[in-house]
Amino acid sequence: MSYRRITAAGRLSGVLAVAAVLSVLPFLMSDYHQTEWAYVGVYFIAIFSLNILTGYTGQVSLGHGGFMMIGGYTSAILAVHHGWNIITTIPIAALICFGTGIVIGIPALRLRGILLALATFALAVSMPQIGLKFSHFTGGISGILTGYRPGHWLYPLSWSCAAVVFVLGWLVLRGRTGRAFRAIRDSEVAAVSSGINLALYKTLAFGVSAAFAGVAGSVFVIASNYAEPNNFPVTLSINILVGAAIAGLGSLSGMLFGAIVLEFIPTWSQSAPLIGSKQAPNVIQGLLLILIMLVLRGGFAGLLRRLGGFAARSGASLTDRIPDTS
Amino acid sequence: MALAQIIRRLDLERNEKAATTAHLRLPASWPVVFLLLAFCVFLGIGSLRSGQFAQQTVSGLATGSTFGLLALALVLIYRATEVVNLAQGQMAMFSAYIAWQLIHWGLPWWPAAILTLLISFVGGVGIERLIIRPVEGHSLVTVVIVTIGLFLVLDGAATWIWSGIVRYVPSGFSTRPVRFGGVALSIQDLCTLGVSIGVVLVLWLFFQYTKVGLAMRAAALRPAAARLVGVRVGWMLALGWGLAAVLGAIAGLMIVPVAGLQPSTFQPLLMYAFAAAVLGGLESPAGAVVGGLALGAMLNLIGTYWSFVGSILRLPVALAVLLAVLLIRPAGLFGRGTVRKV
Repeated sequence: MSYRRITAAGRLSGVLAVAAVLSVLPFLMSDYHQTEWAYVGVYFIAIFSLNILTGYTGQVSLGHGGFMMIGGYTSAILAVHHGWNIITTIPIAALICFGTGIVIGIPALRLRGILLALATFALAVSMPQIGLKFSHFTGGISGILTGYRPGHWLYPLSWSCAAVVFVLGWLVLRGRTGRAFRAIRDSEVAAVSSGINLALYKTLAFGVSAAFAGVAGSVFVIASNYAEPNNFPVTLSINILVGAAIAGLGSLSGMLFGAIVLEFIPTWSQSAPLIGSKQAPNVIQGLLLILIMLVLRGGFAGLLRRLGGFAARSGASLTDRIPDTS
Repeated sequence: MALAQIIRRLDLERNEKAATTAHLRLPASWPVVFLLLAFCVFLGIGSLRSGQFAQQTVSGLATGSTFGLLALALVLIYRATEVVNLAQGQMAMFSAYIAWQLIHWGLPWWPAAILTLLISFVGGVGIERLIIRPVEGHSLVTVVIVTIGLFLVLDGAATWIWSGIVRYVPSGFSTRPVRFGGVALSIQDLCTLGVSIGVVLVLWLFFQYTKVGLAMRAAALRPAAARLVGVRVGWMLALGWGLAAVLGAIAGLMIVPVAGLQPSTFQPLLMYAFAAAVLGGLESPAGAVVGGLALGAMLNLIGTYWSFVGSILRLPVALAVLLAVLLIRPAGLFGRGTVRKV
């Protein structure tokens, strides 16, 4: 077996190198590009949160835009209606989303596979409608203006949140909890028979994932300066899944790439020659997605692994190890 | 007809306790039948007492029948491959745009509609061959993501080609109202209802009595056994996708004159179809249709008489129904509980 594991030190130096590049980056860029890269940070957090749930625990969610909306509105409402400093609202948003995630996770115990995907999709579809209906709190269609001008601190804010989330998530995934998640993904029956508390760990995965999505939503609202239902359309939830699939489910190394693709594909494909148009991004994203699923199922992380010669299980990519649970 | 006998046996194996007249037995349990009858009686009495109620019921049933058609398309694909096609609504939307384009080029309604159905069928088969077949047998996540990719491509392409503005597609039927003892019902609603029921009947006959239909059922139920008796399972699955696309196209043609043609109109439609399919039990074609009708009537009446819900909360109410069904009776009204093999 020509299987060489990347050592812990190697991984750590990789993460540190990326962190170093990211911390130097703002000094080399214009304000406009800094804002763009701050959104990359938001997508990074969102992709990571979905990756914990879908990639590591094997529960498909199409509703992460809904969690982001809850987090974002929490921040906006606390900051505007209650006079909080908007940065201190981020942990509160995470907490509230953690609770929501647990609540959503309880029905998820009874649903498997495609039905769970449908139930979470229902969350993504109905959240904007609920935002429209209860305009007393949410400001209806026009939303809530936070009134904070995102300035130079936006990039550092977004990426320090990303760093905190990454470290926390990594701590969760590396130990006993992460092993339980992966066991559930690979086979629920086997996990239960080796003494893993299915109810506990599944709802925990939902809670953690939702909390991180809430952080993403919160930073998203801070960055865009207002919270409105149109900011969190169904396509946002879908995009997060697209990003996670492009990054490679069940692996951490591709997530930055997935986030970059999500942020820049709309701009790139609009200015592309020949096909450049406002509608091109959707088509290109869709084609890319289908292509990746057909050709490169491990996503970008899988490609990295192959290129590095670390591919141990040739042919068996990570998504294939998520058992068919329907 | 050896094939028919084999199918019958396969079907019997599946419902071990069923009587020998497999397709004549009641498709649902007694409490469910009772519940549905009670709902029908409620609709009937309400309609007799109030003209507005009757109007809303009929238009609700008409909308519901289009949900039912889409739900049926979802069920067709789900039964064959255990995949829920998230792009089903977008496929219907694309078909409706093709119809608009044909009519715009000067074709009369009926030839345009028939041509649209043909194009949709070919498109559905093509989609299965091109992008679904390569991921067949892979994990759920993979297949779901592929259908999401299809969703994005169709949505983007439609907006790209035909731009996002609302298009008007005429109806094939008269739009004037018809009077029944003081109650004005729109002919279009009645025709929609009629067409949907007709389509379902034709489909039932197709699956019950034609060789291709039986082969498709065999391929869905017992792929390995079907292959042994000479059914080309791969092509049967592709046919299923083609049929699903046709059903979507019919639903699209029925809906568009009322709702207007725009890519975004079909996103909620997909959710209604899901809710209908889950309400009926994802495995049951009859359930999908009944679920669609019940959901349509219910939503219309709730939206009319409960001002808190209005039109904004219609979708969340449908999704609440979906969630409630999933939690209380995951097999749906018409589904049977399944035993999972470990």
